[in-house]
Amino acid sequence: MRVPRYWRNLPFIYRLSGWRCVECGAFHPVKPIVCSRCRSSEFQEAELPKTGRLIAYTVLRSPPKGYEEQAPYIVGLVELDDGTRLISQIVDVSEDELKEDMRVEAVFRRLRSNDERDVIEYGYKFRPVID
Amino acid sequence: MGRVYVAGVGLTKVAEHWERSLENLMAEAAVAAVRDAGVSGVDAIYVGNMVGEVLQEQAHLGAIISEAIGMNGVPAFRVEASEASGAAALYSASMEIAAGRADAVLVVGGEKLSDGLAEEVESALMMGGRNDQVAAAGASFLSLNALLYRLYIRHHDSSEEEVAMFPVLSHEHAAGVPHAQYPFKITLDKVMASPYVAKPLRRFETAGIGDGAAALLLVGERLAGKLDSPKTELHIAASTDYLSPFDREDPLFFSALARAANEALRYAGIERGEVGIIELHDATSIMAALSLESSGFSGKGQAGKMAHAGEFNLNGTYPVNTFGGLKARGHPIGATAIYQVAELHLQLTNRAGKNQVDGRKAGMAQSLGGVAATAVVTVLKQA
Repeated sequence: MRVPRYWRNLPFIYRLSGWRCVECGAFHPVKPIVCSRCRSSEFQEAELPKTGRLIAYTVLRSPPKGYEEQAPYIVGLVELDDGTRLISQIVDVSEDELKEDMRVEAVFRRLRSNDERDVIEYGYKFRPVID
Repeated sequence: MGRVYVAGVGLTKVAEHWERSLENLMAEAAVAAVRDAGVSGVDAIYVGNMVGEVLQEQAHLGAIISEAIGMNGVPAFRVEASEASGAAALYSASMEIAAGRADAVLVVGGEKLSDGLAEEVESALMMGGRNDQVAAAGASFLSLNALLYRLYIRHHDSSEEEVAMFPVLSHEHAAGVPHAQYPFKITLDKVMASPYVAKPLRRFETAGIGDGAAALLLVGERLAGKLDSPKTELHIAASTDYLSPFDREDPLFFSALARAANEALRYAGIERGEVGIIELHDATSIMAALSLESSGFSGKGQAGKMAHAGEFNLNGTYPVNTFGGLKARGHPIGATAIYQVAELHLQLTNRAGKNQVDGRKAGMAQSLGGVAATAVVTVLKQA
């Protein structure tokens, strides 16, 4: 990914920071023109909670380009504590240790390998909460 | 609105066509459809293709196809809607006829996936999802399908054996079909023994990578009466939804597909029970099950059970994927919806060979883009 495109996504992929609709509360990673749920156009900056639960997961064995070195890896559907749902890699855990409904937390990791003209991409992934 | 008829079809075999170009495959299908209809020219050309810019580094397929079939001068455009690109081209083409602007319109769908490495194809197809966020997580369509599969089994108390019946069914119908990519039968045991690509989704529950092109020649009422070729009446509807199924109220219900199916039936003036054949978007086994349930041909959580009971066999209540569907006929993305509608046309004009399903007056083709963020449903009726 080239620099301008990467930079404008940084608040979300680094900090889970985005925009919440003042009218209906829906979260949007990038400030929209209108809310896709209620068509309101008033938004407040908001940061998503960094913890949630793992609703479902899979182990991906045929990765897209740039993720070959990581495969096989776990892709999960995470529901954050405010109800927002995210697709994320689940890391620091093996498949047989995973349980549905498990508590998970956001961590900052390298996302993918690039060619030499690209920035090195970092962003959120999730891992089980260690009590 | 004027009526729209299918008057000709052209298909290439779905395969890994190493020695042939995307343009060449589409030209073959296009010329075959024009000849099948028996017309001398067309008023417009619509091309369905999803990832030509990525895998062939080639855009501008409208002008390329008009030149490749010797029809320079005709307006020609490419239409894109992810995996439903072919259906989107068909939608646009049929509107031009229904509006009375054109008498004959050619629709060509084509895709050539074998020009990419496996990971390049996965990335290209993921462009139908929201690339800055979901794809950045390393998710692919197969992984999103696998998550739906998990939720489905948990929510409906279903099983992998139930869902995995759909590839068995599609292969059963593809056996001996000349244009099918995988024209042979497979057993449920073989599907269950194939390796996971994204657990619980197994390799044999997913469509393969293939190249192919298909074309339809559409005509309006004025021209339909003058042509000797067999014709069917076409009705088409489309709808959209949130890109991520997990942003929807019920991820296991494709409401875009439900809306498009209801609309298409209403335009065609028929009831669901009068649909004699269904061509499904079975890019994966779970998509087949969710499609049948969302479009009202099966109760929720019941599709796999109905498949096991033979309800979707060629002699069942709703014969499904009568030439093998995406799984076994093949899934050359932008061409897939055109194959579906062409196959319905062959069925309803009694040209389906050994797979002929008799006594059916109408059929439905369902095309989905992304995880059903776009749904295009076509109903064909005997003319």
